[in-house]
Amino acid sequence: MNFVVCLKQVPDTSEVRIDPVTNTLMREGVPSIINPYDAHGLEEAIRLKEKVGGKVTIVCMGPPQAKEALKKAMSYGADRAILLSDRAFGGSDSLATAYILSMALQKLHETEPIDLVFAGKEAIDGDTAQTGPGIAQRLGFPQLTYAIKVRELTETSITVERKTESGRQVVQAQLPALLTVEKELNDLSYASLPNMMKAAAYEPETWDAKTLPFDVKQMGLKGSPTSVSRIFAPPGRSGGEIIDASKDPASIAATVVQKLFQSNVIMVNPLAKGGKR
Amino acid sequence: MTVAVDKTKCIGCGACVVECPVEAMDLIDGIAVVDPKKCEDHGKCVLVCPTNALAIPNQPSKPKEQLDPEAGSKFNLKDPLPEAVKDYAQDNDKKTIPAQVTPVAGGDVWSGVWVIIEYTNGKVAPVSWELLGEGRKLADSIGCGLSGVITGNEIDSVIPEAFAYGAEKVFVVDHPILKDYRTEPYAEAITSLVRKYQPEIILMGATSMGRDVFPAIATKLQTGLTADCTVLGIDPETKLLQQTRPAFGGNIMATILCRTSRPQMSTVRPRVMAMPERIDGREGELIREEFTFNESDFRTKIIEFIGSDAKSAFLDKAEIIVAVGLGLAAKKNLAIAEELADVLGGTLAGTRGAVEAGWLTHDQQVGQSGVTVRPKVYIAIGISGAIQHLVGMETSDFIIAINNDPDASILKVANFGIVGDLFQIVPAMTAEFKKRLQHGVAN
Repeated sequence: MNFVVCLKQVPDTSEVRIDPVTNTLMREGVPSIINPYDAHGLEEAIRLKEKVGGKVTIVCMGPPQAKEALKKAMSYGADRAILLSDRAFGGSDSLATAYILSMALQKLHETEPIDLVFAGKEAIDGDTAQTGPGIAQRLGFPQLTYAIKVRELTETSITVERKTESGRQVVQAQLPALLTVEKELNDLSYASLPNMMKAAAYEPETWDAKTLPFDVKQMGLKGSPTSVSRIFAPPGRSGGEIIDASKDPASIAATVVQKLFQSNVIMVNPLAKGGKR
Repeated sequence: MTVAVDKTKCIGCGACVVECPVEAMDLIDGIAVVDPKKCEDHGKCVLVCPTNALAIPNQPSKPKEQLDPEAGSKFNLKDPLPEAVKDYAQDNDKKTIPAQVTPVAGGDVWSGVWVIIEYTNGKVAPVSWELLGEGRKLADSIGCGLSGVITGNEIDSVIPEAFAYGAEKVFVVDHPILKDYRTEPYAEAITSLVRKYQPEIILMGATSMGRDVFPAIATKLQTGLTADCTVLGIDPETKLLQQTRPAFGGNIMATILCRTSRPQMSTVRPRVMAMPERIDGREGELIREEFTFNESDFRTKIIEFIGSDAKSAFLDKAEIIVAVGLGLAAKKNLAIAEELADVLGGTLAGTRGAVEAGWLTHDQQVGQSGVTVRPKVYIAIGISGAIQHLVGMETSDFIIAINNDPDASILKVANFGIVGDLFQIVPAMTAEFKKRLQHGVAN
């Protein structure tokens, strides 16, 4: 089977902080990593390849430095890696990004039909969760978002469990299909030594705006209907009420519970009133 | 002279690239770069830059006011528009939208605010009603109508509710194919409605359903979509929808505009917007639309649905979480937390320490190496509050922490920080909750 994994190199957002003086994002010295959700998509593609045979191609859009992420991804056992990199792609929002990636996947699909596409449920820098579904729509593939388990893969269909607020939805889709995945989907494996050696010597292919017949109106800033107009620091969380319960814990506990009801934090019947903070 | 870029401030939003009349600006590796051969010092980029990263050196142009470092702490989710955004809106008034970006998509008139009402497994997601409340405010600011959209099968019982929560019009697509939620048929049904009636703004909850179907619809319509918004507003001059959302793992807030296409689409985080008043008996216009697709048009089918209760709920979807840390001292003491969770219908979770001690499993771990949660109520029992834990839970709506150490970091993020012996306090709270919940009395 022909598996494609969409992968993004992202700043490690747990290391990103706001400069308290200028109120801007401090990005210097923040390490770049493979988007964690994408890593689980890659893991699943590799596992399925090992089970049913085939190959795994990684497609990534980003600056030339993203090659590092692709080389790392190759060390987990992928067969091919393509970097989509061009100034003309810069400034793309999720609609334009999905367009660019879908053009690349369409090209791969024409050469050798794709069976399954994997993407992370979202990228940790943007948190939009929109690029995966955007690619699926443009390719005309069914989308299975928030996948937490692959139940069955046949020649013509895939059955997955999807995570929802109220439980798991088990859905079967005809192939080719696109999955966006949660971390629960699998546990990440370590790269094997031979694969690491191979990856070290591997040079990812680079496709630019001239490689494919892109419509310039649909990519980059011109192709992005949304734009950022303002950035500011989020509201800091300040501490609330500190209650000393060292003297009479039982009665203080009762008072706290009473306050929780009075302020509607906990409700007798949650549906009777609006769930306000 | 050339415009200078302060690389430490540039966020790579690209606003300057769009604004520059001589195409002198470009984004390279996510940072604005000026082509000195083209730059003619118009200064349009300087005005549009949201982070004041651009300046024309040696030219005392009107110094743009610095970002208010206090904006964050002043910001309150209940306010319709944060001060920081209001400032921007005023700045924005002075600019005109270039003619080439005036929305023309599909037709001439795009009018009205729509809320897509999420109805699954016989229940309406409460965020749908919250959005009718918020949609009302937006529609009033623009001066247009507010409509609700219900898709599904046998959904007539939802219609009066949509009117009761403020919809003036309700669009209904009722068909057996729409019985269970699936991306393809729902996206087709909603897209057809949008194409036919051309609303200006459409909103849906940022739930697993909203965040699945909206990207599909936005792609079909080739329009902009902003995910997981926490503040919405209308620019008084341009009437554009100001969509504010957290990004970079919650490290920044960004206000997004969709200038060039219609409709403007947002998914909105549940429990952020206030629930509107419900007025039963209110009526409005009902429009029923045909669903013109066949089952053979779709390539997915639902095999089954495995519902979860509070105990088996996914942590990141749980509404009430009772979390334990090493302050609990031993696995056998887990019982006091479990009892509290049972009484409240909450889900049990814990710190990395509690998981590594073998009290809980890894999928119950909250924090950087576990799950990031945002419940209505987070009760932290014997958790000191290491930064790795705090980043995973500090955006919870209401945090209650019980700890015997008055200096514990968790108390700094808690709405209620109870300092004392958890072995006495927690069982007493459980008993009090039980009493009140069983008798149905709040006070």
